[in-house]
Amino acid sequence: MTACRYDSGGGRMKYVTEYRDAARAQALAATIRAEAAPGGAYAFMEFCGGHTHAISRYGIEDLLPPDIRMIHGPGCPVCVLPVGRIDAAIALARNPRVTLCTYADLMRVPASRGNSLQKAKAAGADIRMVYSTLDALRIAAAEPAREVVFFAIGFETTTPPTAIAVQRAARDGLANFSVFCNHVLTPVAMRAILATDAADSVHLDGFVGPAHVSTVIGTEPYRAVAAEFRKPVVVAGFEPLDVMQAVLLLVRQVNEGRCEVENQYIRAVTEAGNLRAQAAVAEVFDLRDRFEWRGLGWVPHSALRLRSEFSRFDAEIRFALETPSASDNPACECAAILRGKKRPAECRLFGTACTPETPMGSCMVSSEGACAATWSYGRFRQPARLAS
Amino acid sequence: MCLAIPALVTEKLPDDMARVSLEGVSKIISLALVDDVAVGDYVILHVGYALTRLDAAEAERTLALLDEAIAAHDGVPV
Ligand code: SF4
Repeated sequence: MTACRYDSGGGRMKYVTEYRDAARAQALAATIRAEAAPGGAYAFMEFCGGHTHAISRYGIEDLLPPDIRMIHGPGCPVCVLPVGRIDAAIALARNPRVTLCTYADLMRVPASRGNSLQKAKAAGADIRMVYSTLDALRIAAAEPAREVVFFAIGFETTTPPTAIAVQRAARDGLANFSVFCNHVLTPVAMRAILATDAADSVHLDGFVGPAHVSTVIGTEPYRAVAAEFRKPVVVAGFEPLDVMQAVLLLVRQVNEGRCEVENQYIRAVTEAGNLRAQAAVAEVFDLRDRFEWRGLGWVPHSALRLRSEFSRFDAEIRFALETPSASDNPACECAAILRGKKRPAECRLFGTACTPETPMGSCMVSSEGACAATWSYGRFRQPARLAS
Repeated sequence: MCLAIPALVTEKLPDDMARVSLEGVSKIISLALVDDVAVGDYVILHVGYALTRLDAAEAERTLALLDEAIAAHDGVPV
């Protein structure tokens, strides 16, 4: 979230600064160069936008040998949300009885016909940015005459806070609160990428697995993906040394022909994950038959909706919401970028018609989007300096 | 969006809430998703909730593993 960037502004920050150490990064880069087989080509996908951001920001690709290619994955929740769902949220916010609460990241995402939540707000819709689901609950309690809808998006990291909000609303009998649920599932998306037809897919030798998603779900759920598709997965933290250590572990797995799930982020991630968070999610949500992703299309069992016991808090039911498929700007290459097929600079609009100030696609909006990360750091090749 | 930061728990508050310090900036967050967090612990803070506790020993172990990997190649020309 915007209020929650991990930039420490140059000061020392426990559990952060030591993983940005420049001397260690250089030494680790030398180790990776020494272990990567000469002439061997390695293609690793970093699933998460958080990793994409770190890789661009700290110029990690420049530290790695040219034989190691990092491919950006679809793990940016703002980027994978299809236009039709944004259109539906805007339609909802135009209902004069509705107050739509949203994370700030969504405000500037392009919707159909040049629209966005920000433009709808400027035109008078009651749209409020919140930092936490608890803020949305507070607004609902304070303004009982308003229909307060929380626009819930995100992977497994962001789902438990939505579950808690629904549990609290039920406990407190908040009749004017509901959730427009767009929560999606990481392991299913990994499968979708690996299972794509050869013509439409990208060759991968392994995944840098999610950091904070994995604090919740643990490392166990990746095991089936690694075994079935014979791809190593190394769960890694979001700091530059975390990413580089994960790359080293992936190189070793490839060299040794292993396809295991390894955990680099042991300071925060366990095999089983956060059971309390998993229980809250299981109580409130169940699987949708299918869900549309930007880039991946309709993917079976890839998203969550509220369980029938909580249907009174489901905005899709309460407001009979329709979420028709809407198409992206035809020149926007986000779909191919989210599948790892193209790089941002291969889009005609990149850096010309499309910049963070005038985004044409959501990959340019979120700072974890591949286009925004490339624009902010890659384009000028002046990555942030590592701490020394 | 999945970015999250380490925060130091400085005070436990009623209703599963806590005060944390982010480099000296104080903030009220929810502990509804975590068990057994004590004052003095670091948690990963995401959209107003602690997602997990940071394990100091494992953090040290990560750095030790890193230095081991680096040392193995020390002096090897690259
Ligand atoms: S540069 Fe803009 S238009 Fe092109 S793929 Fe990225 S977000 Fe879409």
